Amino acid sequence: MSGTILEVENLSVDIPVAAGMLHPVRGIGFSVSRGETLCIVGESGCGKSLTSLAVMGLLPKTARRSADRMEFLGRDIRSLREREMARLRGGSMSMIFQEPMTSLNPSYTIGNQLAEVYLRHVEQSRAAARDRAVFLLEKVGISSAASRLGQYPHQLSGGQRQRVMIAMALMCGPELIIADEPTTALDVTIQAQILHLLAELQREFRMGMILITHDLGIVARVADKVQVMYAGKTVEEGPCETVFDAPMHPYTQGLLRCIPIPGRTQRGERLGSVPGIVPNLVGELSGCMFRNRCDYASDACAGMRDEPTRMGDGHAYTCLRAPEEISGEPQAAETP
Amino acid sequence: MTEAPAAALETVDVTCVFQVSQGLLRGSKPLRAVNGVSLKIPRGQVVGLVGESGCGKSTMANILLGLQRPSSGDVLYAGNSAAGFSRREIARRIQPIFQDPYSSLNPTKTIESIVSQPLRIHSVGAPSEWSARVGEMLDVVGLPRRVASSYPSQLSGGQRQRVAIARALIMRPEVVICDEPTSALDVSVQSQILNLLQDLKEEFGLTYLLISHNLAVVQHMADRVAVMYLGRIVEEADSDTLFNDPRHPYTRALLGSVLTPDPRLGVPDTHLGAVFPNPIDPPPGCTFHPRCPDCMAICRSEPPRPASDGGHNTECHLYGGAP
Ligand SMILES: Nc1ncnc2c1ncn2[C@@H]1O[C@H](COP(=O)(O)OP(=O)(O)O)[C@@H](O)[C@H]1O
Ligand SMILES: Nc1ncnc2c1ncn2[C@@H]1O[C@H](COP(=O)(O)OP(=O)(O)O)[C@@H](O)[C@H]1O
Ligand code: SF4
Ligand SMILES: [Mg+2]
Ligand SMILES: [Mg+2]
Repeated sequence: MSGTILEVENLSVDIPVAAGMLHPVRGIGFSVSRGETLCIVGESGCGKSLTSLAVMGLLPKTARRSADRMEFLGRDIRSLREREMARLRGGSMSMIFQEPMTSLNPSYTIGNQLAEVYLRHVEQSRAAARDRAVFLLEKVGISSAASRLGQYPHQLSGGQRQRVMIAMALMCGPELIIADEPTTALDVTIQAQILHLLAELQREFRMGMILITHDLGIVARVADKVQVMYAGKTVEEGPCETVFDAPMHPYTQGLLRCIPIPGRTQRGERLGSVPGIVPNLVGELSGCMFRNRCDYASDACAGMRDEPTRMGDGHAYTCLRAPEEISGEPQAAETP
Repeated sequence: MTEAPAAALETVDVTCVFQVSQGLLRGSKPLRAVNGVSLKIPRGQVVGLVGESGCGKSTMANILLGLQRPSSGDVLYAGNSAAGFSRREIARRIQPIFQDPYSSLNPTKTIESIVSQPLRIHSVGAPSEWSARVGEMLDVVGLPRRVASSYPSQLSGGQRQRVAIARALIMRPEVVICDEPTSALDVSVQSQILNLLQDLKEEFGLTYLLISHNLAVVQHMADRVAVMYLGRIVEEADSDTLFNDPRHPYTRALLGSVLTPDPRLGVPDTHLGAVFPNPIDPPPGCTFHPRCPDCMAICRSEPPRPASDGGHNTECHLYGGAP
């Protein structure tokens, strides 16, 4: 147990909306250990961001959170006051969001913003803060770092701003980094550079990382563990290689068949598809919420209970189909 | 050998310069968004145009659509100079599909009104037929006819992109310019739109320019690929050639950055520098040199000249050789 940094069990989020009660996160659980990367993946709207905001205590004011367990570094964080949560955030738990422009303050210099996080969390001198800022800017690949301290966010490119965000997230030596679509707005070469950098830093500092993305290519390349989310629930989870080699849930399988892969999918060949859209999560929900998009759905799916089928080594999926019905199937089945 | 037929669409040494304000009292400076580009789009083919944001792809699209006048150079429609065509004639031949179906569809108009818009603007056919034509187009793009009376906000992202495709095709164009048609969509929706674009190409004999920053998408769709960097096409070849034998260091970095869902591979090191060029004040020599892992002394001072090797064009000193 000593390596576990974060443990979450049965986390739910409810948000009252005009049409009734929205249930965007419905009983999610996961854990992250030192040096480990957990990827949470799924289409947009499946509840990934709200899951991470719930962990960080940053949910919208109207949202209600409940969990059987939320332990960070052995401490129950469910009942922490906002001031105590704020001490954790940016300190031992830090985050990186998709759009660095919204998290960097346009009217302060890079140097001031980096130092501020440090001085707020670590009681140290300004000189120490400045040294650490320069050290980390260099680490994240920003050239002539010392002279950049006086620059403002708008003077940097998108990729450089994301590097600054990463440096800021590292200022206080966090144990856990939560990165929500950190490269989604960036060009592919810069995306690869940033992900490469994150993986290196994580290894070097032995941090735990939760990386949230809709991109299965990213997941395959960076995850140790994968959690596939659909309609606020985990539909499949397991070690990265296992999930990609032998995906069991029809949703995971379907998403994988949609991706064009140079060298594997032929030009002009039809790609697989997952027809339909994520269902509305307002009101009473029951059964498998994927059933209206699933090729294998039967009447029984409407009454399915959340009882994951466990395959060993942590691989589990929640679907009524038995493993022997699934595993014999060709991976790239033709869609009709 | 018979002479090759004229391309459906072609640019000849097209340049597009924008004057960019430098702030109060500091005047403006020229920005060469497109800098001497010659590109052929043969009839019935899919040409892919890839490159990072800001390299000039959308400016190229706008020039081809007749929405942006080039500063110099010419656009040829089936071999004839754009100068001889009216806006309406261009619109009949070439229609766009843009990235974000949210912002490119007017939220206050019904789907019927949006899809029939090109017919109204260019007064094509009798107004009494428009509604029927909209219905047919909705069938073609796989939308139920009842969405005709809906508004964009009532549709999903994928449905909105189908509306944009219906609007483009209602003019029965020869060429469709797809500017990042799936970049804002989830993969599950992207695959449906790509399949639809393939089907429509067969059904209507369309020609596509497919602009994308996603090389996997381009490889899946395109017969020929052009790679753009800071307003220039730095490499161009048949799709298979480009993917099997990428030459320009930028093309190689782009290919290396495609993260296929392979759990046994990590994130590759692109070996690219992190320095970003300012398009208003581009680096001397090869504009890619500050990021290039193969940069040589000559690259810092001399711009490379295009070199062609059996239809595989590369603009890089590594392949310049002797003239
Ligand atoms: N503040 C909010 N109020 C109401 N609904 C919200 C709010 N934030 C998110 N949602 C809804 O909750 C669902 C899950 O959102 P989110 O966690 O952002 O999904 P993801 O990150 O997977 O795209 C979506 O349907 C979204 O519209
Ligand atoms: N109307 C305009 N005025 C000034 N600069 C522009 C204008 N349109 C585009 N640009 C600039 O031209 C360059 C190319 O832009 P664009 O063609 O949109 O690139 P891409 O589509 O590849 O992202 C960018 O540097 C952009 O800022
Ligand atoms: S010309 Fe030189 S700097 Fe430019 S891409 Fe080729 S090797 Fe790199
Ligand atoms: Mg999100
Ligand atoms: Mg563009």
